[in-house]
Amino acid sequence: MRTDLAIIEQWIQSGSHVLDLGCGDGTLLDYLQREKQASGFGLEINPDHITTCMARGVAVIEQNLDTQGLQNFEDQSFDVVLMTQALQAVRRPDRVLDEMLRLGREGIVTFPNFAYWRLRWYLMRRGRMPESEALPYRWYNTPNIHLCTFKDFEALCHRKNIRIKNRTVVDGQHQDRWLSRLWPNMLGQIAIYRITRQED
Amino acid sequence: MPESLPPDSVGLVTPQTIAFEEPLTLACGQTLGRYDLVVETYGTLNADASNAVLICHALSGHHHAAGYHSPEDRKPGWWDSCIGPGKPIDTNRFFVVSLNNLGGCNGSTGPMSINPDTGRPYGPDFPVITVADWVHSQARLADHLGITQWAAVVGGSLGGMQALQWSLTYPDRLRHAVVIASTPRLTAQNIAFNEVARKAITSDPDFHNGRYHDYGTLPRRGLMLARMVGHITYLSDASMGEKFGRELRDQAFKFGYDVEFQVESYLQYQGERFSESFDANTYLLMTRALDYFDPAYDFDNNLSEALKQARCEFLVLSFSTDWRFTPARSEELVNAMIAARCKVSYAEIDAPWGHDAFLIPTPRYTDAFGAYMSRVAREVNA
Repeated sequence: MRTDLAIIEQWIQSGSHVLDLGCGDGTLLDYLQREKQASGFGLEINPDHITTCMARGVAVIEQNLDTQGLQNFEDQSFDVVLMTQALQAVRRPDRVLDEMLRLGREGIVTFPNFAYWRLRWYLMRRGRMPESEALPYRWYNTPNIHLCTFKDFEALCHRKNIRIKNRTVVDGQHQDRWLSRLWPNMLGQIAIYRITRQED
Repeated sequence: MPESLPPDSVGLVTPQTIAFEEPLTLACGQTLGRYDLVVETYGTLNADASNAVLICHALSGHHHAAGYHSPEDRKPGWWDSCIGPGKPIDTNRFFVVSLNNLGGCNGSTGPMSINPDTGRPYGPDFPVITVADWVHSQARLADHLGITQWAAVVGGSLGGMQALQWSLTYPDRLRHAVVIASTPRLTAQNIAFNEVARKAITSDPDFHNGRYHDYGTLPRRGLMLARMVGHITYLSDASMGEKFGRELRDQAFKFGYDVEFQVESYLQYQGERFSESFDANTYLLMTRALDYFDPAYDFDNNLSEALKQARCEFLVLSFSTDWRFTPARSEELVNAMIAARCKVSYAEIDAPWGHDAFLIPTPRYTDAFGAYMSRVAREVNA
């Protein structure tokens, strides 16, 4: 299992009702169902991913966050709402965060850090929009329309009164390295945030 | 039938008639003292009877869902695209049961059957049947076949309504309900189309208040019109456009009112063929069953309250160009299931064929359907 998913898994209690926004092929939900007796749904728009979810017994709903929103889900109807590597690809990440915490007691978000030193170096040296293994697109065809840095994200949370319960920073291979803990906004590639609006 | 049997066909099949002698009380208050159901089965029931799948048919459907009745048959059963070895409902793994519903005209007890009280065909006296009545009769069929719990109950359109009703009426007797191109209840527009169809039939002078058999005639014109208007609602504007466009049968306009456009000719052909093979009273009954279906009705019109009775898992599929039961209607159902905390998967299949798309094997449709069913099979060790 990918390290980021292993980290997320630790933050989810047994028997949780989970909503996974952009659940992909359902790997995480499948794991949570089997190992943590979790229930819930994944939302996805890729037909092949949807078929894979169905084959492995993950409840998947074809629903587009940008065009259909999340109005069909009731307030506080989930323990956890997840979104891995999709925040940067939605039209309004700020509204999606609000919706996540309307639906769930807790949210877990992962996204790539645009202030990672290699990207800074790329931009400084070449003066062109960075491309990397993690961001393999041109500026005009990238689905990642709202890239941000860890600092940007935390500033947004602060402005929205969203409390960050945990933050883990990993590198491109999803390994937790001491260097990226030392100076996350410079040395971390991907962050996993656990957020809430509730007091403990 | 083709020269030789296709390898993914269930092959030659023979329907059987099963008699039920225990009276069945219907939603309308009347009781059927006894009744027959005509049934076909494909595949083999496993030792613990856990691999059975029930196929529920739509408005003009019947028991012959897959395979061929004789080597001379031109066409296989109506859902042959989805039932057979290696197909989404894989007969190498599942034992598939398909029946003609009560009130039908393909051999099960219906308006054409003899009324034991009078010795004459029931005709218009045959009681109005509801989706719930069908489900009760299907449960008795399951008892007869030794099936305590279906691996899945599957249906498209009106068949999907039966699958949904199963999940509410007999929650412990199915593991999965597959609801395809269906709706939790008809809209005013849907009912309006049904009413046009019924009026076409009942206003045919040959209808004789449903006693046409006594007069040695059939309301062919009415039934033809009913089918023509129905058929339009099964197709999409785009698929009709692609199939017929504005093509004429001959080169030029004739400045008259006979059939000139290909689409007119097609509809008329479909209508005529249907009017020879389908019973008008059954058509009235089936459309009424559609109109009445509304599982939320007994729950203050709250569909998710109704769905809280369900214990099975659901697969809901809709088709992008279906304007009879639009994807929005399936989403309404899915959202109620989400609110009721049912386990549900949903996909909207992009297909140009309108409502009829549920009968046509587009790759994404059969992939998703097959993926879901393969997992059902794994679950019951089929």
